[in-house]
Amino acid sequence: MSGSIQDTFFEECEDLLEAMDEGLTAIEGGEHDQEVVNAIFRAVHSIKGGAGAFGLDELVGFAHKFETVFDELRSGKLEFDAALIQLLLRSSDHLADLVATARDGGTTDEAHHDVLIEALAKYIPEEEEDLTFEPMGLGGAMAPMPLIEDTTERAYEIRFQPLKDMYGTGNEPFFLFQALSELGELSVRLNESELPGFDAFDADESYLAWDLTLVSNEPRSAIEAVFEFVEGLCELTIESEADEAEDTDALAALNAAFGTDPDASGDAAPAAPFEEPAPAPEAVVSAPVEEKASPPKAETAKAGPKPTLRVDLERVDRLINAVGELIINHSMLAQQIANLDAGDVREVETELEGFKNLARDIQEGVMSIRAQPVKPLFQRMARIVREASSATGKTAKLVTEGEATEVDKTVIERLSDPLTHILRNAVDHGIEKPEDRAAAGKSNAGEIRLTASHRSGSVCIEIRDDGAGVNRPRVKQIAIDKGLIPENAELTDNEIDNLLFLPGFSTAKEISNLSGRGVGMDVVKNAVTGLGGRINISSTPGKGSTFTIILPLTLAVMDGMVVSVADQTMVVPITSIVETMRGSDEMINNLGADGTLLSIRGNFVPICDVADALGLRQHYDQPPGVYLLVETETGQRSALAVDDIYDQRQVVIKSLDGVCGNIPGVAAATILGDGKIAMILDPESILAASPSAAGFDTDRRISNAIAS
Amino acid sequence: MKTKVLAIDDSRTIRNLLAAALEEAGFEYHCAVDGRDGVDMYGDVAPDVVITDINMPNLDGFGVIEELRGTDINSKVPILVLTTESAPELKARARAAGATGWITKPFDDQSLIFALKRVTGAAA
Repeated sequence: MSGSIQDTFFEECEDLLEAMDEGLTAIEGGEHDQEVVNAIFRAVHSIKGGAGAFGLDELVGFAHKFETVFDELRSGKLEFDAALIQLLLRSSDHLADLVATARDGGTTDEAHHDVLIEALAKYIPEEEEDLTFEPMGLGGAMAPMPLIEDTTERAYEIRFQPLKDMYGTGNEPFFLFQALSELGELSVRLNESELPGFDAFDADESYLAWDLTLVSNEPRSAIEAVFEFVEGLCELTIESEADEAEDTDALAALNAAFGTDPDASGDAAPAAPFEEPAPAPEAVVSAPVEEKASPPKAETAKAGPKPTLRVDLERVDRLINAVGELIINHSMLAQQIANLDAGDVREVETELEGFKNLARDIQEGVMSIRAQPVKPLFQRMARIVREASSATGKTAKLVTEGEATEVDKTVIERLSDPLTHILRNAVDHGIEKPEDRAAAGKSNAGEIRLTASHRSGSVCIEIRDDGAGVNRPRVKQIAIDKGLIPENAELTDNEIDNLLFLPGFSTAKEISNLSGRGVGMDVVKNAVTGLGGRINISSTPGKGSTFTIILPLTLAVMDGMVVSVADQTMVVPITSIVETMRGSDEMINNLGADGTLLSIRGNFVPICDVADALGLRQHYDQPPGVYLLVETETGQRSALAVDDIYDQRQVVIKSLDGVCGNIPGVAAATILGDGKIAMILDPESILAASPSAAGFDTDRRISNAIAS
Repeated sequence: MKTKVLAIDDSRTIRNLLAAALEEAGFEYHCAVDGRDGVDMYGDVAPDVVITDINMPNLDGFGVIEELRGTDINSKVPILVLTTESAPELKARARAAGATGWITKPFDDQSLIFALKRVTGAAA
């Protein structure tokens, strides 16, 4: 078997498992539509079929049981009930595990496997159990030519008399004889003794019979295999000196297997229809097959109802890189034209503008190839909630919204772990036990709402639970106990909630076997910031908590503001900038030794000098000219002081991973129009590294506390 | 001229397996992704033999056989049913609809070619 075919099988399995999950979710939601059941049946059936081709026996066995239950359901012999739906959901999870194991190696939980098999078997009536696909008994397609049997050469006398029904099935005696002739030396004699006179001839009847002699060292099962498709559609006797005795038994078994009794239909008077391609009597069949004349046909493989193309991801990424270069190229061209001493360049600039729009169109088009709906990711999350609920003895249901929202493939892949973690946490720490919920006047089943939406150039993922909310006094106490914050720290509610993201923070009193595996929410935060995103939590005691993740649409290109900092050109992501303004002296207020505040419409925000924070300038003599008002994930506003703003443009993100280590304040780099490299700044970490803004920034204060 | 096979199966894996085995054996391979697609393609492809799955969306394998054998298309070409079920009643049903024979999944290349040979006489 070719490895690539097996690869596509596993790819297809992903789609099928997804379809199955989707169907089961609909069924769980009370939609017991026949077509939904059929779709699940087909998905499981296809997994079984493919798995069989690759000899994945455990997968086949389980899929078969699963499928059989669905067969019962779709034939109406079995009805859905809550227990069965739960079993089906767990079985679908297990099926996904089996597929993963078959693909990646490793083992699955055998005890769990057996429990599920047994539970499924309870829904399968005894007689259906036999409806397996074991190879057929006599001369089945599975074993056309067993070689172990007796191989002495002998002469078989075969009498073959088609019943008229055979001709309706497309079986041609000629081809059967040709197949027989490959087993040995065959002679064919047409027996037309039963052909009636012309007056009595019925064109629809079958009158002809053949007597064949085959000298072969193949066992009789090989001959029976040739006649497999016409069993029950003909009268067939195979005799040889050696196994005469077995004949009748075998044939009886054959007929029994097909529920056809040759004697019952044997009274049909044999005759030949006109179109019968009678082979030359007495001839040894060895003539080459005549090709059928067929009209010229259309090209191969017409596309399905909704044509799709599967492309190597690498090719798409190459394209994305090329488009990135194109955008850089455009900036360079624009720059050089601007530098030209060539009089009127307006027309060139108009064309250049068109070039820019086209480049952006291409870029968006390429990006949309990488964009995928979050639906499969969300569907997997339903399972996480299910498992977490059963592990904690709580009842929680995942409701998803905005599944069609499309996000970059890499973002989706790398969101899986953080989402899993947040959802486990939500069940483990957020949702209360059923009795506590009842006492609080809530419904027994907790609800976790997972929402995706597009929000002005970013993607917003929200996880909202209706649990108890963050227990703020306890969270604060833990943070103090662990030395994460000073004992006398005054924190707002929002700041307390965000303590959860600190490294080394875990609220679980004892490590539960679910979410508390020593991995804290800080890992979640790192994963999200690693994607260029932000995460925030808000919580209402008694009502629940909401995690909000804001992510860039793409990881390749972003809109940036090109600024000047200490004679260097840098880029600040537009998404983090709330407002820009030119400063004046009366807006600056000194605070303490080196703290400065910017007064904006009566509010004060701390100023962070970017040059200072990056160590490019120790202290400035004159206040920088421009302030970029940025908002951190905690809602804290700060003003980033830069020297000037040059431009706002799309820049191609070039990762610094593997080029140099992590530089505080710098997220990545880009190439500008003049060919120079500019750093893309990360406002969050600049603020964290800035001493001047520290006094007002909780995050900063907290990280100082950790550092000390 | 190569013997033309029209394979109708909603599983990409099975289509790939069939394509690999049939092209290796020298058949001309065409495929359709479900029953409706298969019946629609029949006229254009004009296959010498049809291989069809049973469980498919948009017209199942029985439906395919019935339509191909029906008066509109009136196909006489051999139709092989490809299915994991080898249960006698399924075969009987397929045969009643006009199927020529069957191939039991999982199939190996040898049994696939053997089945084709018995209904078309062609090894390729």
